[in-house]
Amino acid sequence: MNRQKLEAELSYKFEIENLNAWFGSKQVLKNINMKIKEKAITAIIGPSGCGKTTLIRCLNRMHETVPDAKVTGRVLFNGVDVYGRDIDPVQIRRKIGMIFQKPNPFPMMSIYDNVAIGLKLNGVKDKRKVDSIVEKSLRMVGLWDEVKDELNKSGASLSGGQQQRLCIARALAVEPEVLLMDEPTSALDPISSAKIELLIRELAEDYTIIIVTHNMQQAARVSDYTAFLYLGELIEYGPTRQIFENPKNELTEKYLTGGFG
Amino acid sequence: MMDNYRIRKIKDRLMRILLWSSLIIAMIPLFSILLDVFINGARAINIDFFLLPTPTVGEKGGIANAIQGTLITLGLASIIGVPIGIMSGIFLSEYHDSKLSQPVRFINDVLSGFPSIVVGIFGYVLIASVIGFSVIAAAFSLAIIMIPIVTRTTEESLRMVPVAIREAALALGIRRWKTIIFIVLKGGRKGIVTGVLLALARIAGESAPVLVTMGYWRWWFSGLNRPASNLALNIYLFAISPFENWRTLAWGSALFLILMILGISILIRVLTRGKYE
Repeated sequence: MNRQKLEAELSYKFEIENLNAWFGSKQVLKNINMKIKEKAITAIIGPSGCGKTTLIRCLNRMHETVPDAKVTGRVLFNGVDVYGRDIDPVQIRRKIGMIFQKPNPFPMMSIYDNVAIGLKLNGVKDKRKVDSIVEKSLRMVGLWDEVKDELNKSGASLSGGQQQRLCIARALAVEPEVLLMDEPTSALDPISSAKIELLIRELAEDYTIIIVTHNMQQAARVSDYTAFLYLGELIEYGPTRQIFENPKNELTEKYLTGGFG
Repeated sequence: MMDNYRIRKIKDRLMRILLWSSLIIAMIPLFSILLDVFINGARAINIDFFLLPTPTVGEKGGIANAIQGTLITLGLASIIGVPIGIMSGIFLSEYHDSKLSQPVRFINDVLSGFPSIVVGIFGYVLIASVIGFSVIAAAFSLAIIMIPIVTRTTEESLRMVPVAIREAALALGIRRWKTIIFIVLKGGRKGIVTGVLLALARIAGESAPVLVTMGYWRWWFSGLNRPASNLALNIYLFAISPFENWRTLAWGSALFLILMILGISILIRVLTRGKYE
């Protein structure tokens, strides 16, 4: 393998090869092939039920936590197949954080513990280290100044937008390389959504971000690359500007102009 | 139009009266029992009642040995039954895709419907007939009565914990067992405590399985492999006795048992009240 080719490959965080996924006998992803750039924002768009969420859940091996779920194909993460024989899904999930559609802070834990729990349960005992990571994570999501005096309050006492930022801080605290976001603003008001979008752009400096969204404007605003999924198939994938301004596929154009979905 | 409205209003009122009267009818036996127990039991209560062991006929005495024996038996039964019950409940709730969970749930339901005397005889055959009537044999039988109750309530309260919470933890790279112990269990804690309390209340009042496994003992506790006195059994044996002082003790024991169950419930509820609820 020549050096140029090697370097080109290294700048891909994920290489998805022939990925198929099922729930029971229903196939939700059909032969997906795509490469995802490092430290960029990739948006996945498409109508409801097209497999967007399943696609990102296959990347951190969350898909298989659902009974009857099945996956075939390869997902290379930093060049290593996450479905490889000796791969521990728990280790994969530590490197690939996930933000869910509905903010889901642990309701029975304080704000502090919500952020610290991943570290604590993964064996970080040094209290000072945990303290500093909690503060750093909360600062990164712009929540520190809002909550620094009430770190002992319940995570559920925050507003929806704050809860979602808390969840992002919780994911950041375990120091992942990738953040998967499953419609992270769909349960939030416009102002909170705007804050999260801004945050996503900032985080893309250091993290690879893959965001599922049903909001096309959001994909256009925040992402560098966009993938359009329809009925479990990858219809079109490329730089966001090209997808939105000059889609090559008829289906993509129809979807973007509100023809269906 | 107007008539229709009136009819509906009357129906509504009738329904309300029906519901209220059902409630009152259901409460009558409960309160009459409580009233009876309080009036008759209160007469038995004095300092001797709490400090002295079972009296002989006509002597002064109390239920101190029965309280002691009951607490020890309940404690041992809980040590055996609560962990097994909670762990089975966790299994049923968290590993419900396992092939074993359906049969386990079924057996658990059957077990919870078992007549307690049958459980008692099981304890007798397995333990009492080998090492003799003893606290161990009684606690074992009572634990078997506890297990299905604790299992069921644990399963139900863990199922109330949203899937989103489990997913959040798994996605953080927290292992499944740690997710269950440190996160899911925390969310279902209240329900589990309620289940344990229910089970404790249930076995505190059981007399049949105690009768066939522990036998009758009038003296102080003298070892786990020997019989001990028991409140529920006291109520049964004293109540049917011809001696006035024993019958008074039966009322007193009944009152004490009710208050004890009430007290445990309140205490544990206060102690486990979450910071964030």
